[in-house]
Amino acid sequence: MQLTGTIVIAIGTLFLFLGSLGILRLPDVYNRLQAGTKCTTLGAFMTIIGVGITQPDWLPKTLVIALFILITNPISNHALGRASCKSGVPLCDRTVVDKTKDFEQCKPLHDELEQDEEIQ
Amino acid sequence: MSEIIFLAIIGLAISLCLLRMLKGPTAPDRAVAVDTIATITTALLVLLASIFQRYVYLDVALVYAVLTFIGSVAIARFLEKGI
Repeated sequence: MQLTGTIVIAIGTLFLFLGSLGILRLPDVYNRLQAGTKCTTLGAFMTIIGVGITQPDWLPKTLVIALFILITNPISNHALGRASCKSGVPLCDRTVVDKTKDFEQCKPLHDELEQDEEIQ
Repeated sequence: MSEIIFLAIIGLAISLCLLRMLKGPTAPDRAVAVDTIATITTALLVLLASIFQRYVYLDVALVYAVLTFIGSVAIARFLEKGI
């Protein structure tokens, strides 16, 4: 039991580290959101569940915390991504597909992009 | 022994996020970095509860998770529409 829990915690902390490396290295707010959401959700989930496995008395409460993170972390990061789209944060240069072009609410972002193209 | 390694990795992760928070060109960048730090800190609190053998620290982790969720949503609302 101890060994299994330690291995699960090790995998979780590795994912946490990879997520924050993505936060530092990726070129764009939206890419950073991708790394910051997926990796840290899985990493925190596995770290907390690993603590619950090493100490079985604590398993119910750790399950509650892990499920709470699993539900709320994607919600808050989605809200942040939506806010950054609506407040007009530019995409990076290497973006291929931009499906928010048709949305009325994301207008300021694309107005700025068109102005940049006209200037160039 | 293994706990020290876990704590070192988590500390390194938090410092990388702090670097992005200091550098970040726009406000949403910093908000994303702070949100990531909050999630990592919740995991760190649960790990500390296991290391110090204190059951009460789990309550602290739960309350911290709730408060950072509310804080992130509030920051997102602010960036979207202003106050």
